[in-house]
Amino acid sequence: MRTGSLSWNQLRTPAVWGVLLVAAVTLTLYASTYSVILITNILLYVILTVSWVLFSAPTGYISLATAAFFGVGIYTSAILGDQLPLPLVILTAAVASFGLAAIVGALTLRLKGVYFCFFTFGLVELIKHVLLWYEVSVTGLRGRFVVSADHITVYYIILAILAVLLLTSYLIRRSRVGLALRSIGESEEAAAHAGINVSAVKTMVFALSAVFVAAAGAAMARRWGYVDPYIAFDYLYSFTAVAMAVFGGVSRFAGPIVGAVAFAYLRELLITRFPYIYMLVMGLVLVVTILFLPQGLIELATKAPWRRLRGPREPA
Amino acid sequence: MSLLNVEGISKHFGGLAAVSRVDLQVSEGEVVGLIGPNGAGKTTLFNLLSGALKPNAGSIRFRGEDITGLKPHQICRKGLARTFQSVKVFGAMPASQNVLAGAIFGNPSQTSLKQAGEEVARQLEFVGLTAQADVPARDLTLANQKRLEMARALATKPALLLVDELMAGLNPTEVAQAMELVAEVRKRGTTVFIIEHVMKAIMNICDRIIVLHHGEKLAEGTPQEIATSRTVVEVYLGE
Amino acid sequence: METILGIVISGLMIGGLYALIAMGLSLQYGVARVLNVSHGEFIMLGALTTWTLYTVFGLNPLLALAVCGPIAFALGYVLHRTVYRRIWASSPSPGVFESNSLLASFGLLFIIQNLALFGWGPEIRGYTYLAFPVELAGVSFGANRLLTLGLALLVGVTFYAFLSRTRIGKAIRASAQDSTAAALMGVNINSVLALCFGLGAGLAAIAGMLISMCYPVHAVMGIPYTIIAMIVVVLGGLGSIPGSFLGGFVLGLIGSVVTYIEPALTLIAYYLIFALLLLVRPSGIMGR
Repeated sequence: MRTGSLSWNQLRTPAVWGVLLVAAVTLTLYASTYSVILITNILLYVILTVSWVLFSAPTGYISLATAAFFGVGIYTSAILGDQLPLPLVILTAAVASFGLAAIVGALTLRLKGVYFCFFTFGLVELIKHVLLWYEVSVTGLRGRFVVSADHITVYYIILAILAVLLLTSYLIRRSRVGLALRSIGESEEAAAHAGINVSAVKTMVFALSAVFVAAAGAAMARRWGYVDPYIAFDYLYSFTAVAMAVFGGVSRFAGPIVGAVAFAYLRELLITRFPYIYMLVMGLVLVVTILFLPQGLIELATKAPWRRLRGPREPA
Repeated sequence: MSLLNVEGISKHFGGLAAVSRVDLQVSEGEVVGLIGPNGAGKTTLFNLLSGALKPNAGSIRFRGEDITGLKPHQICRKGLARTFQSVKVFGAMPASQNVLAGAIFGNPSQTSLKQAGEEVARQLEFVGLTAQADVPARDLTLANQKRLEMARALATKPALLLVDELMAGLNPTEVAQAMELVAEVRKRGTTVFIIEHVMKAIMNICDRIIVLHHGEKLAEGTPQEIATSRTVVEVYLGE
Repeated sequence: METILGIVISGLMIGGLYALIAMGLSLQYGVARVLNVSHGEFIMLGALTTWTLYTVFGLNPLLALAVCGPIAFALGYVLHRTVYRRIWASSPSPGVFESNSLLASFGLLFIIQNLALFGWGPEIRGYTYLAFPVELAGVSFGANRLLTLGLALLVGVTFYAFLSRTRIGKAIRASAQDSTAAALMGVNINSVLALCFGLGAGLAAIAGMLISMCYPVHAVMGIPYTIIAMIVVVLGGLGSIPGSFLGGFVLGLIGSVVTYIEPALTLIAYYLIFALLLLVRPSGIMGR
């Protein structure tokens, strides 16, 4: 196909990423506090979206549990407070959510996709109830104050988490795991018969996707000051991740990122003055996208969609 | 040497017995045919052998090892591969990636990506799909999709290959080519157990034929014996 | 003894509500194959509409039933014919349809919930209706709760009879089993699917109305009920409407016992049952 010298197309993508990386790392030098905080939020939404896409896009199992893992991250950060340095707090949150997701996966991913959807949907509410009960009966206090960190530290942590996530996502796509995931998404039965341990792959990747969400939650909590189960476990996070991914389009690497940036920006515009309108608009956008542009925005740009969002599957 | 030993295998769904106390045996190097009217339980039997279904009773021994109740990916890695009646290729992926999946995951001996790639090229060439290596599987003709499935299964380096209705939907030329392919597979050292409705094909390529009817083994023998067996003829003509 | 009777009657009452909402979800998933996560929002609409009709217009909640039910049914019917039918047409496989309709339902959840927040605000509302105590076998219950139990049973049984005796009901059951075959048999499958979706929404609204008689209501009350409906559907067996009916009462009774011991643990208990089911018998009580 291509010979010798690099073509412009091949150069373009690494160059673009290089520029973005430099801009992101030096951001705090030239941007205002407001901008840094805004961009931190935008990056957060990119993390939520890309994490969701990591598992749900190739396999077709729609996870509605993003908010649950995010909340786990937030609460880990709140509970551990300053007992541990922040990096360890984040690590703990990551491990906790990995474990939780692995259990959920082991329980549901060997069955039809419906069960996975049901279970992950209710997970957010479940953990909320567990914490509420715990707080009422054991500690006697509702909610917690969170040790705070400055916006620059949080920005860099979020940036780091995102960088690792994007790298992981990229490597998985190009690796055996990615091949296994796509095969599972195409035909679980055939994938199993080709030697792929379907349940294990699904569970592991699902658990991996939860890690980034929880880590981000642990970091973001430091900006919030006070959290309680209602604040930490909000379905909006699950919904946002899904809506952004679908809107942006999941077939290309850049799709979810585009969707997340667009929505996060829109959110910033509307959230303070029109919170209900913002969520209403998101809901409308999701429905309209499904109805008229199921491949997402990125399809318009590339016109060469490769994979589609598959549905809940029969077991292998 | 006995490769596959099935004893008393049964499977029912609710009240219906799909497969009922079937005993059979496949020896290394054979091509064994499995025939029977529609609904006789042939694909169900294959599903039991490949691990897609769990039997209610009976046992399956492969290469001396009890594989009853193992999961499909485990059975595949032990050297038992299959193709499907309704073709299950990975549609959006190019043909080469379809085969690559089998080469990487189905073969228990350590493969580097480079070796797997070579295996893919080999199998694509074997089934005659080298030119279509980059074509998305769903854009292939039915005959080619079946070959692709075959290549994917062969890439897992099976000792025994279950072929489920390879010839369905193929025109006479394609049937002849498919028959040749099966013969080649056997020549290269893979034992074949094949479900087929196309009588001409079965009679020509099989050493031995097993007849299933209503989930039970009705008859077993050489093509000659089966063709002249009164019970078999009745079953087929009576249906 | 009175305590046990109290727990049982309470359980039956909650169970009746659960049975209704689960049957609604079961109709939508089992027949129309739509994983409707916005189911609870229809419950909420029924509840808040009843509240409005009662507190603003003085309309008897029982009459509100005649208003909410049909309106919700119509809404559901129209939704199916516009949104879900279109998704079905554009989906290359049932699997894609299930996931796309799930996503659309998720979007609907937020649309409906936020419209409600816009219209009614986030405050918790309530009203009292027939709240006087009634003596039954030595235990006193609120009349409204007994009425709820009675109505839930009535609606449930009527619906059940509808499914098993009428022609449309048989068409629904046939479509639930195998929609292609049903269509070949002359069932107007598109109408049946939309009908089922509408009936599901209608049942939800009726349940909402009943809930509003006994409990406080607010714009974000829907999701927990959706979750409970999901658990009951799994408990009863995916795709089995009688299973959902039965499962509702089973879970309601269990819930009543747990509530007696420690109310805050109710959902947690339900989830443990859910997890247990998935481990041991995912097909549920009457699963196929």
